[in-house]
Amino acid sequence: MEAILQFIYVNAEAIFIVILSIFLGIEVISHVPAVLHTPLMSGANAIHGVVIIGAIIVLGHAETTLNIILGFLAVLLGTLNVVGGFVVTDRMLEMFKKRPKK
Amino acid sequence: MNQIIEFSKLVHFTFGDSVLEIIYLLASILFIIGLKRLSHPDTAKRGNLWAATGMLIAIVATLLLHRQNEHRIGNFGFIFTAIAIGTITGWIIARKVKMTKMPEMVSLFNGMGGAAAALISLMEFPHINKELIMQHGLLNWQALVIFLGLIIGSVSFAGSIIAFGKLDGRIKDIRSRLLRLVNIILLVVIIGITLFIMTRGQINPVELTPFVYILLAISLVYGVLFVMPIGGADMPVVISLLNSFTGVAAAMGGFLYNNLVMLTGGILVGSAGTILTILMCKAMNRSLFNVIIGAFGGNETSVESEIGTIKEVSITDAAILLSYSRKVMVVPGYGLAVAQAQHLAHELDIVLEEKGLEVKYAIHPVAGRMPGHMNVLLAEADVPYEKLIESEQANDEMENVDVVVVIGANDVVNPAALDDPGSPIYGMPIINTLKAKNVIVMKRGMGKGYAAIENNLFFHEKTRMLFGNAKETLQKLVSEIKNM
Repeated sequence: MEAILQFIYVNAEAIFIVILSIFLGIEVISHVPAVLHTPLMSGANAIHGVVIIGAIIVLGHAETTLNIILGFLAVLLGTLNVVGGFVVTDRMLEMFKKRPKK
Repeated sequence: MNQIIEFSKLVHFTFGDSVLEIIYLLASILFIIGLKRLSHPDTAKRGNLWAATGMLIAIVATLLLHRQNEHRIGNFGFIFTAIAIGTITGWIIARKVKMTKMPEMVSLFNGMGGAAAALISLMEFPHINKELIMQHGLLNWQALVIFLGLIIGSVSFAGSIIAFGKLDGRIKDIRSRLLRLVNIILLVVIIGITLFIMTRGQINPVELTPFVYILLAISLVYGVLFVMPIGGADMPVVISLLNSFTGVAAAMGGFLYNNLVMLTGGILVGSAGTILTILMCKAMNRSLFNVIIGAFGGNETSVESEIGTIKEVSITDAAILLSYSRKVMVVPGYGLAVAQAQHLAHELDIVLEEKGLEVKYAIHPVAGRMPGHMNVLLAEADVPYEKLIESEQANDEMENVDVVVVIGANDVVNPAALDDPGSPIYGMPIINTLKAKNVIVMKRGMGKGYAAIENNLFFHEKTRMLFGNAKETLQKLVSEIKNM
C-alpha cells in the first residue's frame, strides 16, 4: 500500500501525463474508418518502439558482460520494432495513395 | 518567482538536459500528430513519417545528451552495432515480405518491442535505488514498475510470437477447459512470486535474481498459453491487444527513467491500442472477454435448420450469368487473400467493366485477416479506392445487384447472423447477399469458416457454387468472359 502511495507522490507529474495521454489516445483513435484499422495498429506498433530509448540508456551504462549482452539484445530488438514497424506501415499506406487517373 | 530562482540554483542541470527535455517534448508532439494523421486515409502516409521523425530525434538526442548520475551514455560501439544490425534486418524483412503477410509482421515486431521492455526490467532490477530499499525494502514503486515491465513485456513477446505462428499457419489452436484453468493458476503464481520478491524487506536485490528469472520464465509460459486457445480468426484482436500491452510495458520504462517521451509514447499506444481492440471486437459483434477465453462456436450446437442441396455451376454458365448482368458486387474474404487472387479479382472487374457492367467490392470490416486488410490487398492490385464500399452501403445497394460474387468469404456472408438466434455469430453485421438476384460462391470445398458453423447461404436457391482454388477459378472465368 505504502509503495503505491509513494509511487503516486513521487510520480505525480508522470501520472498526470499518463491520465491525459489515455484520454488523448482514445480521442485520437475514435471515429477511425475500419479501412485504417490495420495500418493504424501497425503505426502504433512502431511508436511503442520508443522502448528503444530505455534500451539505449541501459546499454549506455552497462558494465558487466552479461548486462552488455542483454543490453545489446534490447537495443537490437527495439530497433527491429521501430524500423520494421515504420517500414511496414509505410508499405501498407502506399496502397492508399491516390493514383493518377488513367 | 524568487522561490523558483532559488530552486533552479539547487537543481543541477545543464544546457544539454534542457535541450533533451525539449526534444522529448517535440518527439511526443510528433507522435500525437502522427497518430492523428494516421487515422485519415489522405494524411496517413505523412502521419507515419511524422511519427518516425519523432522517434529519430528522440533516439539521436538520447545518444548525445542523456546523462544518468552525471554519466553520459557509453558503449557507443555496441549501441551502434545493435542499431545497425536492427535497422538493416528490420528494413529488409519489412520490405521483402508479401502484402498478405503484413499482419504477421506487425505481430513479430510487436513481440520484439515487448522483449526489449522485459530485458530492460531484467537489467534494472539489481539497480533499484538503494535509498528506496533502505526506507521501504523492495516494496517500493521502482520495483513495482520494473516487475510490471517484466511481466507485461514478456507476456507480450511470447504471445506475439504465438500469434505470428498462428497467422502463419504453423501453430494450430488448442482448446480445452484445462488450459483455461492452467492460465488462471499461472496468473496467480505470477502475482504470488511478485509479492514474494517485493516483501523480502531490506535486501540486496542481487540475491533475489533467481526468482526474477523464474518470474520471467513463468510470464513467458503464460504468454504462450494465453494466445494458444484463441482462434486464428481472432488473431487481429489479440495482436491489437498485445500491441497495447507492449505500449504499457514501454511506459513502465518511462516511469523508471523518468523519461517523458517513453511515457507518452507508451501510454498513447496503450490507450489507442485498447480502443482499437474494442472497435475490432465491435465490428465482429463479440466481447473482448469471449475472444480471450477462446469461446467461439465449434462445440456449441446451433439450431439445425433445413439444409438443402448444393447447386454447382460451371465456369461457362457463371461467365454467361456475369456477362449478361448490369451490376456485380464482389465480396472478397480470407480465401482470396490466401490464394493471392486479388490481382485476378481486379482483372475480372476490368473485363466486366469493358462489357459495360458496374462492379463494386463490398468489404466487410473483418474480411481477411485484419480489419482493413482486404482494402490494402485490393489497393495493391490497383483496384480504385472508390470501388470499395463498406458493408452498410453494400447492403443498401444490394437490391439492385444482379450477381454477387463471393470469393473465399464465409462467416461474413452467413445469413445465420440475421435469422438464427441459436447461432454463435447471431447479431454480427454481415453482408446480406441474399437480397441480390443471384449469388455465385467461389470456394475451395465445403469446409466451414473460422466460426466452424454451417452456412445456409450455400444451400439457398439463389446460390450457385463454383468450387476450386480462387486463383485458378478466377483465371478461367476471366478468359471465358473475354472469349464471349
